[in-house]
Amino acid sequence: MNTNFSLKYFKFGTHAISIQWPEEISEVTLCDILQFKNKIETSYPNAAIECVQGFSELVIYYHLDTIDLKDEIEFLKIQYDKRSPNNMRDKAQLWEIPVCYDLEYGKDLEAFSKAKQLPIEEVIRLHTETTYTIYFTGFLPGFLYLGGLPPQLFKDRKQTPNLNISKGSVGIGGKQTGIYPQQSPGGWHIIGKTPVSFFNSQHHPPSVFKSGDRLRFKAVDKASYLELETTRSRRPQLIKYQE
Amino acid sequence: MLKIIHPGVYSTIQDFGRYGYRSYGVPLSGAMDQYSSQFANLILGNDKNDAVLEMTMTGITAEFLAPTIIAVTGGLSPLLINDEPASYHHPLKICEGDRISFKKDRPKGCRAYLALKGGFDSEVKLESRSMFTPVTNAFKIDKGDILGYKPWSNEKININSKLKYNEELFQGDNLAVFPGPEFHLLNDTQRHMLQHKVFKVSSLNDRMAYQIKPRLKNCLQSILSAPVMPGTVQLTPDGNLVILMRDAQTTGGYPRIFQLTEESINKLAQKTVNHKVRFKIVFST
Repeated sequence: MNTNFSLKYFKFGTHAISIQWPEEISEVTLCDILQFKNKIETSYPNAAIECVQGFSELVIYYHLDTIDLKDEIEFLKIQYDKRSPNNMRDKAQLWEIPVCYDLEYGKDLEAFSKAKQLPIEEVIRLHTETTYTIYFTGFLPGFLYLGGLPPQLFKDRKQTPNLNISKGSVGIGGKQTGIYPQQSPGGWHIIGKTPVSFFNSQHHPPSVFKSGDRLRFKAVDKASYLELETTRSRRPQLIKYQE
Repeated sequence: MLKIIHPGVYSTIQDFGRYGYRSYGVPLSGAMDQYSSQFANLILGNDKNDAVLEMTMTGITAEFLAPTIIAVTGGLSPLLINDEPASYHHPLKICEGDRISFKKDRPKGCRAYLALKGGFDSEVKLESRSMFTPVTNAFKIDKGDILGYKPWSNEKININSKLKYNEELFQGDNLAVFPGPEFHLLNDTQRHMLQHKVFKVSSLNDRMAYQIKPRLKNCLQSILSAPVMPGTVQLTPDGNLVILMRDAQTTGGYPRIFQLTEESINKLAQKTVNHKVRFKIVFST
């Protein structure tokens, strides 16, 4: 059965509506956001709107010149009650991301392991034994917000961000883990690197990962990393469809 | 084709924006001052999405290798065609070999746009020509670049030359804003200060965001990452006010206290370091 959340609708400027769920990171919320988003996307003509997710929020951007947001909010409220209770897992996919945790790539791994008083092997084990949920993409093209990091690996971001974190770096920041899809400044603790490419503007769509998909990291040694980096395998591997 | 002799401080190709890819984390991009860029297209009878050249602080020097009609809009230093003064905001007929440059004066605003008949034919990535790496290969125009366009030698100079560019849109310090999703979290002192204080644009201002100073005393915590857009004003934990601009990221974790109107984004795009800004709240109905 569907839980009906008590949602807030907010006029965000003149051409957007923010729909807000209670502020928490949870799969139940994610599932409800996806069901509602699905309904909204099929209720408008193609290209009339664009939906962008946050952890507990969905923003609808309207591409029309003039729009009455008040009317649209009323319309959206009706659509919420009509959303289909499909489980978001029906179409969810599980992705396997190879990561080399060699200290050459995991530049902060040693310091991280010391600060957390966990052996490096234990950090890697915890990081790779978890199945993460992709909540949404944001921050940078192809950057995935992942949920599910084991609490033993929580660590506040660095006080001073690094100016240059290389593409493919895998890091931990606060309660999150993630992959830098491009070279970027950033304050996360870098524990490894993946050869997988997370964003390519030549591909349609430019990223294969969808909100609600699952993701696992698989430890690979440096030789395999280098081989993967030079071969076709820069595309992410789909492990299996989930039931 | 337009041959770039000097690219200016920072010049890029921009169009209306890259719509439809924000859920992949791709910024909207597009011309910073959409009023001026679209005015340039309108004068020429172009589509509003036709690509223009955006110049920041200083203009380009370039040679046209084919005839066309151009329009230059926005606010940099005086425009020169073959070293002779020429008008902003009017269609100008260009012959092969003509040269565009800008006087070495203080710029009036921060950005100017060069549009030409039919728009520039630069690379299209994800349905837009707006330059933004890693979506497009290039992130700015360089010396020696040759920018393509379709030659236009129709004798008739058209049509929309009676349009009037509205300078008033850019006058004054006021930025009209709507309350943002986290505005209600601000206390009365902060709200009062935000509406009465005169802020100044900091040196950290670019296509991604404008920071303004001074800092605010802030008691708001970060929020769960949520969508943001051009014109969203974020308040960071250390009290910085960050006004997101066209190349802004698609989501962010700082409280979103205001949302600039489209007109105010355009106005701010013509301001640069130490220019004053003031927030004026307009409540939507």
